[in-house]
Amino acid sequence: MSPTETRPFVSPDELWSTGSPLRSFAESAITVGLFLCALVTVLTTTGIIVVLSVESVEFFRQSGVSLFDFLTGTELKPELSPPKYGILPLVWGTLVIAAGSTMIALPIGLLSAIYLSEYAPKHVRNLLKPALELLAGIPTIVYGYLALLIVTPMLKAIFEPIGIRVETFNALSACIVVGVMIIPLVSSLSEDVLSAVPRGLRESAYGLGATKFEVSTRIVLPAALSGVVASFILALSRAIGETMAVVLAAGMRPRITLNPFTSVETMTTYIVAVTNGEASHGSPKYLSLFAVGMALFVMTLMLNILSGLVLRRYREVYQ
Amino acid sequence: MSLPDSSVAPTASSSQPPPPSERPGSIVLAARKLRVWYGTSLALKDVDIEIPRHQITALIGPSGCGKSTLLRCFNRMNDLVAGARMEGKIEFDGESIVGPGVDPVALRRRIGMVFQKPNPFPKSVYQNVAWGARINGYRGDMDELVERSLRRAALWDEVKNKLHRSGLELSGGQQQRLCIARTLAVEPEVILMDEPCSALDPISTARVEDLMDDLKDEYSIVIVTHNMQQARRVSDKTACLMLDESAKDGHRTGVIAEFSSTDRLFTNPVDPRTEAYITGRIG
Amino acid sequence: MNPSIAEPKYQPHRVARRWAGPIFGIACFLATLTGVLVLSVVLGAVIAAALRQPGAAPWYHLGTNLRELFDLLVGLVQKPQSSDPLRAGFRAGVVGSLWMLGLVGLMAIPVGVGAAVYLEEYIAPGPFRRIIQTNIANLAGVPSIVYGILGLALFVRAFGMKEYALGRTLIAGGLTLGLLVLPVIVISTQEALRTVPNSLRQAALALGATRWQMVRDHVLPAALPGILTGTILSLSRAIGETAPLLMVGAAGSIGVLPRSPFDRYTVLPVEIYNYAKNPKVQFQTVTAGGILILLLLLLTMNATAIIIRNRYARSG
Repeated sequence: MSPTETRPFVSPDELWSTGSPLRSFAESAITVGLFLCALVTVLTTTGIIVVLSVESVEFFRQSGVSLFDFLTGTELKPELSPPKYGILPLVWGTLVIAAGSTMIALPIGLLSAIYLSEYAPKHVRNLLKPALELLAGIPTIVYGYLALLIVTPMLKAIFEPIGIRVETFNALSACIVVGVMIIPLVSSLSEDVLSAVPRGLRESAYGLGATKFEVSTRIVLPAALSGVVASFILALSRAIGETMAVVLAAGMRPRITLNPFTSVETMTTYIVAVTNGEASHGSPKYLSLFAVGMALFVMTLMLNILSGLVLRRYREVYQ
Repeated sequence: MSLPDSSVAPTASSSQPPPPSERPGSIVLAARKLRVWYGTSLALKDVDIEIPRHQITALIGPSGCGKSTLLRCFNRMNDLVAGARMEGKIEFDGESIVGPGVDPVALRRRIGMVFQKPNPFPKSVYQNVAWGARINGYRGDMDELVERSLRRAALWDEVKNKLHRSGLELSGGQQQRLCIARTLAVEPEVILMDEPCSALDPISTARVEDLMDDLKDEYSIVIVTHNMQQARRVSDKTACLMLDESAKDGHRTGVIAEFSSTDRLFTNPVDPRTEAYITGRIG
Repeated sequence: MNPSIAEPKYQPHRVARRWAGPIFGIACFLATLTGVLVLSVVLGAVIAAALRQPGAAPWYHLGTNLRELFDLLVGLVQKPQSSDPLRAGFRAGVVGSLWMLGLVGLMAIPVGVGAAVYLEEYIAPGPFRRIIQTNIANLAGVPSIVYGILGLALFVRAFGMKEYALGRTLIAGGLTLGLLVLPVIVISTQEALRTVPNSLRQAALALGATRWQMVRDHVLPAALPGILTGTILSLSRAIGETAPLLMVGAAGSIGVLPRSPFDRYTVLPVEIYNYAKNPKVQFQTVTAGGILILLLLLLTMNATAIIIRNRYARSG
């Protein structure tokens, strides 16, 4: 039986336009377009690195400050001549805020993650998880405002009667609000890794007569430990990069001090201060913001990469 | 293998197979010295097979011996698997389809595929059937094509009042027939079926088997099946694939143990491995 | 075997253990509640600050207070910038934020979705893809102020090349924020694309579809709810950002509303920051009102995104 006799329709070439040159051109154009979109992300990273490097080099050239003095100097006084550009007060401020805020956020976030992953019944979980997500969506300026509105007055009310002077802009306020701000981050990341621990592990522990507390703290948590550590590192990175909450809460006075009740300046708030100030474009003071920005970028990048490596090691164990 | 060689000499210049009026020969698909790798693991070795036109050819054999792999070579779906590589020749109507000039997208309209688990699109019944035709630039009457395809797939009477309901609302057997209708709508010449009934109940299976028998008047069908009774029931020729005993390092490599008419293979198998498989001693 | 004679090898401390559990459980529950608590405190405090005036009704007169609050907020949205606290409002900021929403959406969403589609559907998993994805993950963790620095040098000043510099305009701010939210859009879109079952792709391709036809007609529609959720959440993040816009020159106060993307502008968070810095006590009410407007805007967007996700997660 000849193949052509069974077909009740006209020849395929008239009915189908598969493979027309116009279509293949359109298809290639779309593929190229999509590739360009992906390229934008690469270009962004390149842009950041180029901008920070070029302008930082220009800063060192124009200001005459050496890299060593910049990284180890303890005075930040651009108005002096010769001006002093030491980054350590800013690093100190950044680390103080980061340490203080993570001290608040890590325990609460972790406990909250354990609750959501091990204890909470399903409908409670379905209610609280979105609530935490909403919390994560509150912009940072609101937290800064909260510091001024509630936290600092509270601190004043607590500490001034016993003779400690609390400034309007103080580091402790900043630590508290930034800490609260990153609780959802710690909580959700930790909860993800805790939930990923295989059920079999819990069940075998229960089978041996362990209580829920023991299973959560002695079995599940250690199993998820590197994942939890990864989330801690990310939270730390986030606290380091935080700007507006710190601006409004801690003010902008660069100094190395152990007094939590006074104002400090961090790397981020310094950058804002320079931008808002009268430093003219191209002047060393203006350029210093790029150098500080570079330091900030490198610091957070290293923490993020570290967190990624720790998380990958965790995933390898369980997958 | 006892089939006569294809009498067509491949023309080297064009990359599209010749139009229907010139299509000679009783072989529609052929694989010659085919080897397929997934990464470093050899999945199929030295496969030589010729699929006859307007017949149903079954590929049987134990799990993991490359039946689906072979099937997917015919419509270049293996291209989509990362790390898949092939050597050797595959011919459709005497023309090679693995050269650089061949457009797999155009090829897949002419060689259709039905999958093991019915996978209708999350669209209406009508859209399911019409979509393939539309993206292939069909310029005829779409309503007519949809109805014709659904009739040909023995589904029209059951869905003619539900054309705008979602394809996912149909039962498993209906969904598979919808997938067949969808494939028929692009007017292929060959239909590849990868265990099309394994997810269906016995009644739906019987309907699909009847459908296959009906379809072979117009199409050439290659079916992979785990079910030997099904192969006996529906197919004209059967190829039995086996694991290659000479494979080293525990690699699972498939070869064709025997390929002949179905009756001959099941009543008088030549290769001892085939006999062992169909009597249930292995597999 | 007589247990009373045999020396106890196991000391289960059952009583202590039985109590440790619930106490720990309660501690964890309270920790979780901190979040919810903070949300309520935030709202409560801000509302109180907004309504704080002599002669105001006590807090439990909910009806009066809500109505007053509503009037206050509507008024604030309509009033322009002013150094007189009685006449100051957020009109410029709200308009600017809406402009920003549009610009960022228009620029970041197509590029972000396009990049995600390219990464998920067009390249095979391999070292090339992994590098780009790691890069995107790192970009997502870069502090927002660094994006501000990038925007300042690249868009506002164009490295000193005056012909290409965009200046302190809406478009410069939009591009900066667009780059900021781009990684988030890419990541969430990729996750949405991954939930589409592979059988759908195979069915489409087996019919002779090109890759774009498959993506356009099957993958993108199936992934749409996830993409929408991620996009809305990214945009809401962009609207709340202050620091990058401070860097690229959003004005603290501006008299004229922007009429084109090349005009100067301010946005709501920056305006709030401006008022918050003002030591005059009356401005505190204004600031609080601005925060409420911002929170309402964001809460609406986030709630919409979460509702979309929950509704389609169940049916999908």
